[in-house]
Amino acid sequence: MKLSNIKRFWIALILSIPMIIQMLAMPFHWMMPGYNWIAFITTTVIMLISAAPYWKSAWAAFKKHNANMNTLVAVGTSVAYFYSIFAMFTNRAVYFESAAFVTIFVLLGDAMEEKMHSNASNALSKLVNLQAKDADVLRNGEFVKLPLKEVHVGDILRVKPGEKIPVDGTITEGTTTIDESMVTGESMPVTKKKGDKVVGATINSNGTFTFKATKVGSNTMLSQIVELVKKAQTSHAPIQNLTDKISGFFVPAVLIIAIITFVIWYVFLNASLVNAILFAVSVIVIACPCALGLATPTALMVGTAKSAKMGVLIKNGEVLEKVTNIDTVVFDKTGTITIGKPKVTDIVGDSKRVLTVATSLEESSEHPLATAIIKKAKEEKIAPVKVDNFAAIEGKGVKANFNNHTALVGSNKLFANSNISQEIQAEAEQLQNEAKTVIYVGLDQQVIGLIAIQDVPKPSAKAAIAELKKRGLKTVMLTGDNKNVAQAIGKQVGIDQIIAGVLPTDKADNIKKLQKAGNKVAFVGDGINDAPALSTADVGIAMGAGTDIAIESGGIVLVQNDLMGVVKALDISKKTFNRIKLNLFWALIYNLIGIPIAAGLFAGIGLQLSPELAGLAMAFSSVSVLTSSLLLNKAKIAGTSTQTA
Amino acid sequence: MNTNQIIVLIAAILLIGFIIWWFFGKHQETAENANVTKGKQEADVVVNGGYSPSTIVLKKNVPAEVNFDLKDSTACLSHVVFDQLGVNKDLSKKNVTPVKIPTNKPGEYDFTCQMGMFHGKVVVK
Repeated sequence: MKLSNIKRFWIALILSIPMIIQMLAMPFHWMMPGYNWIAFITTTVIMLISAAPYWKSAWAAFKKHNANMNTLVAVGTSVAYFYSIFAMFTNRAVYFESAAFVTIFVLLGDAMEEKMHSNASNALSKLVNLQAKDADVLRNGEFVKLPLKEVHVGDILRVKPGEKIPVDGTITEGTTTIDESMVTGESMPVTKKKGDKVVGATINSNGTFTFKATKVGSNTMLSQIVELVKKAQTSHAPIQNLTDKISGFFVPAVLIIAIITFVIWYVFLNASLVNAILFAVSVIVIACPCALGLATPTALMVGTAKSAKMGVLIKNGEVLEKVTNIDTVVFDKTGTITIGKPKVTDIVGDSKRVLTVATSLEESSEHPLATAIIKKAKEEKIAPVKVDNFAAIEGKGVKANFNNHTALVGSNKLFANSNISQEIQAEAEQLQNEAKTVIYVGLDQQVIGLIAIQDVPKPSAKAAIAELKKRGLKTVMLTGDNKNVAQAIGKQVGIDQIIAGVLPTDKADNIKKLQKAGNKVAFVGDGINDAPALSTADVGIAMGAGTDIAIESGGIVLVQNDLMGVVKALDISKKTFNRIKLNLFWALIYNLIGIPIAAGLFAGIGLQLSPELAGLAMAFSSVSVLTSSLLLNKAKIAGTSTQTA
Repeated sequence: MNTNQIIVLIAAILLIGFIIWWFFGKHQETAENANVTKGKQEADVVVNGGYSPSTIVLKKNVPAEVNFDLKDSTACLSHVVFDQLGVNKDLSKKNVTPVKIPTNKPGEYDFTCQMGMFHGKVVVK
């Protein structure tokens, strides 16, 4: 017969009714006729149904040289029970109710713990359930409903208004607005058109569109988020090492303390055998380390799930703990502080010639600045000329053979050995002071013109950096850009320190330098070339639509490309970690205070605990730690809209 | 001090000595190899007041499953957690709960109950 803890609790509670009546009647000096026999029979049944599983588990553990909280429950209840049987047949006072009530309270604690535990882990299954069950897939020229399993990469799918988007993909036809809040935490619906990416499990609101599946099954964004959160929830926080160490010797130590308590009372203080036993049993019952064991995992579970809901994915408990010590936040510039979609604003020199050379060379480059130049050329209807001997010069620019002339396009570092006229030099400085990146275009060692490109800061950048400063954090911007440009952008968003002219490969070294100076550094970045910096930093925060590599190397992943996410990530991590510390503190204090009281240390001033009360207190401590963890769900985090209850 | 008290005192000292020896002394741990059948390996772990065996040895590159057989009906051991693998399984739903273990590289995966009071490990070599 398998009974759940809650059923065992109810059976035990009903059986204990005669004992409760007797307890209540005690002050009126009324004795239930045949009470000893009634108590003996009901307690025996309670022990068999409700306490026996603890005894069985404790015995199995004992044989393996292990002791745990079940050992404490088993020893406590069996001592009270078997002593009472002995007392009954030798005409002494019985204490069946102690055994019965301790069992009931422990069961109540266990049952509540199970319930709350499933509440805490629920958030994750809610995420999984977001997935659509089937999809409209184009097969043989017709849309047919197929289960999600049969959707493959490259399939064309159709989504109607109000439907869930089944998998990740790119829109091929139609425009619509999509509610992506479940994945990004952003509550405003987003407008999407042909060529835009859609994410599985988000909800299509008003338009019908078709899209091509790019990621299915376990590769979709939602699956990856679920996988990440799952790992985070089960992960170990370094602070737990403390409880792991304690748990190894805690229970045997408590048993020894209980024996010492008994000996002191019985042998040295001449207390009666019964009283000495009751003190020892109280010690055993109150010392259950449940609360200590629950403190970290439950807070971690609630905290990581809550942050996932806000679009902040925290990889594990270790990251959470490190965030609390961070004092410096380093940002990558392009794509992190700025939007990352630069535009050509000015051209100096013969604009047609300059643009022709530039677009011809940049055509094969993947640099974000190249995209801006190519776009501008297209707008001006300038066609690229075929070049040969193309070479990219890391962090500086590109070089190629353009109509039998050596052409160079890139930063001024490319032109270290060539002539740059005073005029052009002055123009360049002027543009840089306006926060524009200047690209030099040269033919045969002669600079023929400049292209100014500007990337604007994200709208949220200024507010986010102000929030970080308010928390006493130093903000640093790291960029390969020229100093003037970097300073102009830095000024706009209010950053503390700027490190400009950094080659992509040197980003990690700059982080190391900051760390050597005694700073605990968080790095926020998104690109492929940010991966080394992300893993070098104490905490790597990978941004939004970032690449898979960036997501791999980051300790925290922001689903949205929004800088406020950094503030949210730091806040929720700190809140969760503080909650863990608070939980551990209470659990420890509780045992530190509880054990001496139970041992009768304060019996002289009338403060003592019966085994039943010790059992109640123990159940209460586990439940209070769980409640404290669940309350994290209600914690306020900056940058999130306050929900009206 | 009467005779009873002296007897109790001696018994208590002996009992404390026994507890220290039994729980803190060095004791052999059981390790078990998995059974390999038809390109698949399986190992059974009985969950009753702990994990037996508490160490399971798996072969590299053979798909593996560890079956957890829950014989304990207290809340303590109802979940098994592999923190490196992101696995947190409720064992009370089924009689025997299988957990897949990646064997593509050698290593050790620790598993614990949800409070981290009971420990076991899977070794891949």
